Amino acid sequence: MSILEQAKQAAQGAAQSVIQKAVELAPESWLPGGKPDPLIHQKHGLIGKPVSRIDGPLKVQGKATFAAEFPMDGLLYASVAFSTVPKGRIASLDTSAAEAAPGVVLVMTYRNAPRMKPMPVFMSNAKAAGGDNLPVMQDDRIHWNGQPVALVLAETQEQADHAKSLIRVTYEAEPATTRFVEAKAQNTQPGLFMGQPMKQEIGDAEAALAAAPVKVDVTYTTPRHNHNAIEPHAATIVWQGDELLVHDASQAVTHTAWSLSEVFGIEESQVHVTSPYVGGGFGSKSLWQHQVLGAAAAKLTGRPVRIALSREGVYRMTGGRTLTEQRMAIGAAQDGRFEAIIHTGTVAMTHHNAMPEPFILPTRSAYAARTFKLDVEVTYLDMIANTFMRAPGESVGTFALESAVDEVAVALGMDPVALRMVNEPSEDPTEKKPFSSRNIVEAYRTGAERFGWTKRNPVPGSVRDGEWQVGMGVATSTYPYHRMPGGAARLTLTRDGRMKVEIAAHEMGMGTSTAQTQVTADRFGLQLDQVDFAYGDSFLPGQVLAGGSQQTASIGASVVAAQHAMVAELLKLAGNDSPLAGLRADEVGGMEGGLAKLDEPGRHETYASILSRAQRDEVAVVGSAPPPLETMHWSMHSWGAMFCEVRVNSVTGEVRVSRFLGSFDCGRILNAKTASSQFRGGIIMGLGMALMEETQFDERNGRIMNPSLAEYHVPVHLDVPEIDVMWTDIADPHAPMGARGIGEIGITGVGAAVANAIYNATGKRIRDLPITLDKLM
Amino acid sequence: MNRFSYHRAGDIAEAAQMGAEPDTRFLAGGTNLVDLMKANVERPTRLVDISRLSQNTIEDLPEGGLRLGAFATNADTAYDERVEQRYPLLSSAILAGASPQLRNAATNGGNLNQRTRCYYFYDTETPCNKREPGSGCSAIGGVNRIHAILGTSEACIATHPSDMCVALAALEAEVRVQGPAGERVIAFADYHRLPGDEPWKDNTLQPGEIVTAIDLPADSFTENYTYLKLRDRLSYAFALVSVAVGLKMEGGKIAKARLALGGVAHKPWRVPAAEALLEGQEPSADLFAQAADAMLQGAVGQGTNDFKIELARRAIRRALRQAAAGTPQSQTNKQVA
Ligand SMILES: Cc1cc2nc3c(=O)[nH]c(=O)nc-3n(C[C@H](O)[C@H](O)[C@H](O)COP(=O)(O)OP(=O)(O)OC[C@H]3O[C@@H](n4cnc5c(N)ncnc54)[C@H](O)[C@@H]3O)c2cc1C
Ligand code: SF4
Repeated sequence: MSILEQAKQAAQGAAQSVIQKAVELAPESWLPGGKPDPLIHQKHGLIGKPVSRIDGPLKVQGKATFAAEFPMDGLLYASVAFSTVPKGRIASLDTSAAEAAPGVVLVMTYRNAPRMKPMPVFMSNAKAAGGDNLPVMQDDRIHWNGQPVALVLAETQEQADHAKSLIRVTYEAEPATTRFVEAKAQNTQPGLFMGQPMKQEIGDAEAALAAAPVKVDVTYTTPRHNHNAIEPHAATIVWQGDELLVHDASQAVTHTAWSLSEVFGIEESQVHVTSPYVGGGFGSKSLWQHQVLGAAAAKLTGRPVRIALSREGVYRMTGGRTLTEQRMAIGAAQDGRFEAIIHTGTVAMTHHNAMPEPFILPTRSAYAARTFKLDVEVTYLDMIANTFMRAPGESVGTFALESAVDEVAVALGMDPVALRMVNEPSEDPTEKKPFSSRNIVEAYRTGAERFGWTKRNPVPGSVRDGEWQVGMGVATSTYPYHRMPGGAARLTLTRDGRMKVEIAAHEMGMGTSTAQTQVTADRFGLQLDQVDFAYGDSFLPGQVLAGGSQQTASIGASVVAAQHAMVAELLKLAGNDSPLAGLRADEVGGMEGGLAKLDEPGRHETYASILSRAQRDEVAVVGSAPPPLETMHWSMHSWGAMFCEVRVNSVTGEVRVSRFLGSFDCGRILNAKTASSQFRGGIIMGLGMALMEETQFDERNGRIMNPSLAEYHVPVHLDVPEIDVMWTDIADPHAPMGARGIGEIGITGVGAAVANAIYNATGKRIRDLPITLDKLM
Repeated sequence: MNRFSYHRAGDIAEAAQMGAEPDTRFLAGGTNLVDLMKANVERPTRLVDISRLSQNTIEDLPEGGLRLGAFATNADTAYDERVEQRYPLLSSAILAGASPQLRNAATNGGNLNQRTRCYYFYDTETPCNKREPGSGCSAIGGVNRIHAILGTSEACIATHPSDMCVALAALEAEVRVQGPAGERVIAFADYHRLPGDEPWKDNTLQPGEIVTAIDLPADSFTENYTYLKLRDRLSYAFALVSVAVGLKMEGGKIAKARLALGGVAHKPWRVPAAEALLEGQEPSADLFAQAADAMLQGAVGQGTNDFKIELARRAIRRALRQAAAGTPQSQTNKQVA
């Protein structure tokens, strides 16, 4: 038995799947008037059970092959030299010493790199995956401090790294814009997110604010953040004739394959990208210049290439979250009702990407208000392209929004939870659409009860334990439901009654393969160990970005579509000699390893029996998910209530988070164990954002000065208290499986919950992240 | 990384002789040196491995002190019973630093000789006088949250990053070194130096000289001491400011006081006048405030590290309170003072 099998069986035992009733086919779309996914009512199956990750044993035994671990004959190792000026031209480039160094096979610069097109920048096309759209080593121009200027290939990584250090480059620097304040003074433009303007006004918010009896009008700032996935970016790349094979660390295999085909001017079918395991993505594992350079170098040498970025390389070559400066103003009536919400501000971006950190997103749907004014202005810097980072927009946007709500509560002398309840909207306040499902009140109620919110002393600075001031804070967390177009899955049923699901989705450690195996088993009436989930390969069906917390819904909808095709096919094959004879697809469902009539479970035949009578070894179908029309009809968002207790040292300003609880409303939770880890992981990342994370960017020359885990601080165990998580588990009737996705919501609201707790502890309002001790002295 | 040859020294004399030659470095635990070699900051052509020499024990000294072998690890030193009981300040300071894995590898001699964590020192693409004499100091006017506020020069504003050394300064240890010219003993206060206009010199070792041991005097602080380290996260981060305090209390008065600051200067910072000011006095908030001011006389910020002056002032007062009360800072439960 394989390790995977063993793991599945162990999980199976724990989950006791007893399926007594046939599970009806899910609807093919989630349009209004349609019925919800019948799996929502499936209470005895595997869904929701705390099944351990099926890839866990492989990982702890080191048997999971990551991108930088694929063995290949004749492999060459790459090392990249980075520019040291933010803008200008390469004046001289001396590679002779590097070329003469031991083991060196190639030094590639703009002089000898093959001609390639720029990467299609993310969101410029449905399958675009590029972090920027600059020429990749095609000319002598420099666009950011850290841009690759040369790549060395050698027989070992050490030889490549050494040779790289021998390359001498001089620059003709040009005046660059690397200071945010200067850039902002020069020019700002309204930002577009996913092609849509973010500027929106409902009523006259400025006038309503001016007239409001209670108001808060302040500025919040958040710094740059860099990605620090445990696995640095890497790819093992080989050309087989005209075909390009890339073993990548990717959260977008199909997108990367298409984008690389554009870069090299070949057919999409000529590029094969695999990514069976990813050591964390968080928005960073898309297409950056390293895969392009690796493929170009492989082409020049005719040998396979491994390009594994150093930690510094990740900072210099792949983007992070940009800084934000947010004006947040709320005007409220004496009873707490919001008259005006103004959320505007400026973010830094580059000319070569399209990611204005959309911090206003949470404000669109969180609260009812009479008037709104929302806008994200963009200013351009000469720096590395910024990109998506866990809950782009919401993570830093909720810091401003939820801190300001707390400030209003203080101004009104009202409990901050009560204030939020007063402003609970009956429909989406800016989109004017009904919510598909919104149970934030329930999340607050249960969370407050478990956390002991009523024990909070509302008077700031009034609870002390020796030198330490103790306080509690709360904030709303939120993240939208997304389902991007393009989902598709292939199902293959074999005569032994096993089902294989194949889809170009991704497992980055969050438990996708486990949860989807559970879901598929329940849909088809199979055991966990009868389902194989194949993913992480661009040759599989579908185009399923692991981003926007949308994979769960996208895979779910794709499997549903394929199931329809599969059942139709099976009923045909069953023919007249089957107990299922004459039944229509909508009359049957999956049960006990086969199909059964819904209201007459005795009319049942196993998949194995159908296939063997039809003398078929297997049946394979492909189904495509319907367009995500549900999001056009409903406002679909997940919600949460974040409760935090802090201790602040009154002498030194040190902050200790002593307790944290997240109470979530994310629709149905598919796997209690992997979900808890997603929530906790998000919250820990949020604590880092609140208290310590900051890219040290030298504004004189746009260089990142702390590109290392020693100097870029993320929380260590001592910084993280026990984190309690809970959820409403109320299914969303308009989402596949009733589930809305949980990958990103955990980081949202944390910054504000911490800041609000600090205010309660000390009476000091910190509006600038991270909240380091100097800001509290 | 440069190509280098590796030589395992047979004894101190041999190592000292080899070490006197250019481009040679001593390799102890390697936790700092190897990192710097990977970053191309250190580019030796020869490594002389001294980590297996016999000076790796901890021995009682005849007059009641303790001799810490230079090649004993930081972990073995911190958990040695004699150190724990007789020099708890030192044990506490070591445990406040780095991580268990690093402390298991790092040696006492290496800890003394570890180099600054200045971002620019580590980035060979930026000017840095310490790395490349005469190239300039990028930290001045740049990213300098972690830099010095005391004893800086126009050439360099780096700090010495060690925790252990701050305690050793307060304990008035002595550094025993052996070089091509023989043995000598250096008072701890004279071991490290200020950057002046030769910031590439971290300390007063002469070419080829090896630290063989650190001698702790018999006189120590076992009741009234503390090592207080303030930083941006609770482990695996260097001090923004740290304070080592040792007090001797007699009849409610401070009979002897020793204070040293870490994270604020190119060497552990001591001000004898501040210590004198405390001695013979009864502990009080006022007195501690005066001592803090005396310690920080002449402190200047560099912009983003201006806060360190006030932070240090507060840290000193808090550390003095902890020491006077006999409630030293716990290095495992940092929720309590
Ligand atoms: C991520 C990280 C975090 C850290 N955090 C902390 C912290 O919070 N606090 C702290 O105090 N330290 C910290 N350290 C530093 C650590 O304490 C030092 O790296 C360690 O003490 C060095 O000892 P070593 O034996 O490994 O020295 P090596 O790396 O072997 O040598 C360092 C230098 O000392 C020289 N040297 C070594 N021994 C001798 C000798 N006997 N005589 C003369 N010269 C000698 C070497 O030639 C070299 O130049 C941290 C290190 C890292 C990597
Ligand atoms: S502070 Fe010292 S170490 Fe840092 S850049 Fe300046 S000279 Fe170099």
